[in-house]
Amino acid sequence: MTKLDAKIPAGPLAEKWRNHKNSLRLVNPANRKKLDIIVVGTGLAGAGAASALGELGYNVKVFCYQDTPRRAHSVAAQGGINAAKNYMNDGDSIYRLFYDMIKGGDYRAREANVYRAAEVGNDVIDHFTALGVPFARDYGGMLTNRSFGGVQVSRTFYARGQTGQQCLLGTYSSLSRQIGKKSVTMMSRREMLDLVIVDGKARGIIARNLVTGELERHSAHAVVLATGGYGTVYYLSTLAVNSNGSAAWIGYKNGAFFGNPSFIQIHPTSIPVLNDFQSKLTLMSESLRNDGRVWVPNEKGEKRHPNEIPEDERDYYLERRYPAFGNLVPRDVASRAAKERCDAGYGVGESGLSVYLDFKDAIKKQGEKVIEEKYGNLFEMYEKIGGTSPYKEPMRIYPAGHYTMGGLWVDYNLMTTIPGLFAIGEANFSDHGANRLGASSLMQCSGDGYFILPYTISDYLSDQIKVPSIKTELPEFEKAEKEVQDRINKLLSINGSQTPASFHKRLGKIMWDYCGMVRNEEGLKKGLQLIDELEEEFRRDVMVAGTADEFNQELEKAGRVADFFGVSRLMCIDALGRKESCGAHFREESQTETGEAKRDDDNYTYVAAWEYKGPGQAPQLHKEELNFEFVELKVRSYK
Amino acid sequence: MKIKLKIWRQKNAKAKGRFADYELANISSEMGFLEMIDALNTKLIGEKKEPVSFDHDCREGICGSCGLYINGRPHGPDARTTTCELRMRSFKDGETVVIEPWRAKSFPVIKDLVVDRTALDHIIAAGGYISVDTGAAQEANNIAVCKNASDKAFDAASCIGCGACVASCKNSSAMLFVSAKVYQLAMLPQGKIEARERVQKMTAEMDRQGFGSCSNTYACEAECPKGISVTTIARMNAEFLTAKIIAQKVG
Repeated sequence: MTKLDAKIPAGPLAEKWRNHKNSLRLVNPANRKKLDIIVVGTGLAGAGAASALGELGYNVKVFCYQDTPRRAHSVAAQGGINAAKNYMNDGDSIYRLFYDMIKGGDYRAREANVYRAAEVGNDVIDHFTALGVPFARDYGGMLTNRSFGGVQVSRTFYARGQTGQQCLLGTYSSLSRQIGKKSVTMMSRREMLDLVIVDGKARGIIARNLVTGELERHSAHAVVLATGGYGTVYYLSTLAVNSNGSAAWIGYKNGAFFGNPSFIQIHPTSIPVLNDFQSKLTLMSESLRNDGRVWVPNEKGEKRHPNEIPEDERDYYLERRYPAFGNLVPRDVASRAAKERCDAGYGVGESGLSVYLDFKDAIKKQGEKVIEEKYGNLFEMYEKIGGTSPYKEPMRIYPAGHYTMGGLWVDYNLMTTIPGLFAIGEANFSDHGANRLGASSLMQCSGDGYFILPYTISDYLSDQIKVPSIKTELPEFEKAEKEVQDRINKLLSINGSQTPASFHKRLGKIMWDYCGMVRNEEGLKKGLQLIDELEEEFRRDVMVAGTADEFNQELEKAGRVADFFGVSRLMCIDALGRKESCGAHFREESQTETGEAKRDDDNYTYVAAWEYKGPGQAPQLHKEELNFEFVELKVRSYK
Repeated sequence: MKIKLKIWRQKNAKAKGRFADYELANISSEMGFLEMIDALNTKLIGEKKEPVSFDHDCREGICGSCGLYINGRPHGPDARTTTCELRMRSFKDGETVVIEPWRAKSFPVIKDLVVDRTALDHIIAAGGYISVDTGAAQEANNIAVCKNASDKAFDAASCIGCGACVASCKNSSAMLFVSAKVYQLAMLPQGKIEARERVQKMTAEMDRQGFGSCSNTYACEAECPKGISVTTIARMNAEFLTAKIIAQKVG
């Protein structure tokens, strides 16, 4: 048996999950309370999993670095959550949602997983509605949908521009109910700093209490990572500034394979970089492209105010290049098209690194009130940051790092290559291939947490019922804690002259330039070299203020940046190895005459799963070949 | 622009705090308020001094982490704006800006500007939910909800749990926070079944956590970065009274 067994059940696509569920082993209710589960992260995936597992009667401990689980970055998702309910009667179905995701992901995702994500999406909507999530409704009191990029139906449920917030608060309420019932123990302001493996199985974590600085040992029969993506590798991104890649990196260093690390989504519509001291980029939801039209002036270096540029002097380049999908092309396509126009000199704004997103026509047609109802909070947000009103003049937008399709490799049961270590939500690699379609993230995270993991983890735990609670006095815990302590002491002892944030910013620039929207061999090699040099400088000259045994945000940042060097290197190595273009991974060497991504299905229809081989060693590539049984591989076209 | 800062410094929960004075030059009016503190911290670290601790995460006004008491107002001078959304253009060149943590008995200071707001989590855990287990939900469109009610529930559901309402209240009351959740769930058919029980459990927990009473000054509404209305408090009081009366009758 190879090490990489995806455990995809046999049988027809639509029956795989149902049949698999019937074959998964169960743990009886009396035994569940004897089994300890650690969940790290409280976004939609983590909080959903913790609630569902708590309801089932397992003994659950859940961790987050924030002061409360309600702040996890799922809260910031704006536009919506997909489900193939077909409430709009526009021909939607689970199969179509599955197909759109496979195509949108440029045929680099696993069919069985994607189908299952689409399938449980409907349960997710039912569950959220029951929890009181106020999704948009029409005047008859029924739920309503809107459209998102890369699809030709309306299947996106939404709660104004705050869908993530409302879904997360719903999930937080279900988690809180379990916390109140004491079936789940909440450990907030804790950061996971190591994974503990006993006899080859994930058996616990070392966490730092961020208030006291104390290192804590927590044991369990299984560990679930729901720690999100590593998009802050670019420093400036749409993510929360404390989001990080450390938990996934720790999993990888302990033996979990890392799947497609270079697959990272650059979201086309973020408020552009406005100045040098900016600490984050704010997303403007993809839903805006339902009504907003993207354009740049026909003339290079145009200095007129956008409202003064007449219609026939505007280039609505998405509508021009992609007439079938127009402004609603998928994110990777829209991002590259914006970059292409700006690189060619047509960009607007002081830096020339932005394009217009214009609501003039939509306001004229639908009225300001309707537009306000749909996007009011986004327009308000834009005005606060950008300083102009989108009701009166076009927004300026530019692509920004957003979502990682890559993540820890998992099998169909969402288990990594370490027995007992599961990865769910954005932290795993499995459902979005090389590009994620809008509003599929909330769907996948919630599906993983509420409706998939609770089944699959019971299969793993069913033969653990005789294993007593793992003792934290075991030498494995001792060793892991000591290693964490040493790492912290090392960082504090360098006592150099530059802050962790300044290194993060420089690393982010390297990654953006060489492993961002467009990649090539020379650039990636250069990037690798620059990462090595920067890391060497970091190890020599970082200044971490404060001490280990107190609330210390500088120490937190330093640890995360230290891990990001490794993540960055792995991203570049993966991007170098994949000489084709697919989805968000665009290799300049592999493009069509019109500048579209050119896949190489003969050589690259696989998941690249990387194995850690030790510090300074090259990681080892394992390939999971993707077998498309149900979908024919086609050139992905939105023209 | 130049900014003078008076910032509350406190080593830990037990230590005695004090104000410290700082000055920053070359602050751009386009800088975010938290980016200004980032700049201060970089300067302090360069001088081998300890940086100022403050909570923050999404930096786009939705996660509710940040919350600074700025010149005597939660989240500073701008209406409906969280601290992270606040820009330096809202201050004058040379102005002295006083920055404190939330002040409330139920929010003990952890360090500098960071406070412990888990009291709010305890209130939600006491009853701020609809009791539905995973897998038990009915088909979503079997529950029709009047659009108007749904929209009103949404307005209340926009609460980000930052605690500005508590910080703005002279009694450190958490009424707006609690009522926003009570209101949201009471407006929806899904939440009506437990409405009476919910309001009693949540208010009891609110009292247990040491929050003060409401004396209707509406400072909370004025300072709420999400514009949650005090009409939610009125609705909560009505829910609470109904629950009490019915409990008496049944009892």
